[in-house]
Amino acid sequence: MADEKKELQRKETRGSVETERTRNRRVYVPKTDIYETKDAIVLVADMPGVDEKSVDITLEKNVLTITGAVEPDTYKDHSIAYYEYDSGDYQRAFTISDEVDREKIEASVSQGVLRVTLPKAEPVKAKKISIKTG
Amino acid sequence: MFGPRFWRFGRMIDLGAEMQRLQSEMNRLFSGYIPAHGHEFPAINVWVGKADAIVTAELPGVDPKKIDISVVADTLTLSGSREKDVLKEGETYHRQERSYGSYTRTLQIPFEVDVSKVDAKYEKGVLRITLPRSEEAKPKKISIKSE
Repeated sequence: MADEKKELQRKETRGSVETERTRNRRVYVPKTDIYETKDAIVLVADMPGVDEKSVDITLEKNVLTITGAVEPDTYKDHSIAYYEYDSGDYQRAFTISDEVDREKIEASVSQGVLRVTLPKAEPVKAKKISIKTG
Repeated sequence: MFGPRFWRFGRMIDLGAEMQRLQSEMNRLFSGYIPAHGHEFPAINVWVGKADAIVTAELPGVDPKKIDISVVADTLTLSGSREKDVLKEGETYHRQERSYGSYTRTLQIPFEVDVSKVDAKYEKGVLRITLPRSEEAKPKKISIKSE
């Protein structure tokens, strides 16, 4: 069902990932929810450890790339005793269609969650057609 | 062993750093701490120092007031729930990868904790709990008397 929707194609591009990064850190793919509302497509990504200053969102042609830099945890005079996660940077790219109004894309970060709102371009918005009688 | 294909990978990882990481991971493995990736939520790291232990947990998008932290002697319990985004009518998910629901994690800290001085901070979706050692659990230096 959702596959039929064209607004946001599911294909993930390697995009800028093909190039090598200058920071020698591990890069993780943030877990992301994407949902569609009447006027927009909303992308919600879990990126613990990032704030509004360390997130970059770029839109090049039709590839939306989100990157987040995380400062590694280091504590003076402490050694790690148990670990379940490794902190690293985040990167993920999505292909978006032309039906998104590029000028009005909005993004916010709160408590390590990135929210990007991609408003649909005017002609794509569903119009209700009233049927005239007579 | 490695044909020319191996080297044609677009993104070559930094082998030196990768080896070092692998080595430290192996060391951890053999010291009896087995990483449990991706099984529990939230994922937890524990750092131990002379004066205290620091527990960090990745808990993005949670109301810090709704995180329950309790410490009894040397046991730390973390619990709460992560709310699901409520979609309005007509809104549909294209992709849903983030997890939600209630969670409980219990950890044993390698020493008795001074419960009155436990400090917790929630920042950028990461919870940091500092658990100071109790007075009795502090390492004591024993001097050797010479005759």
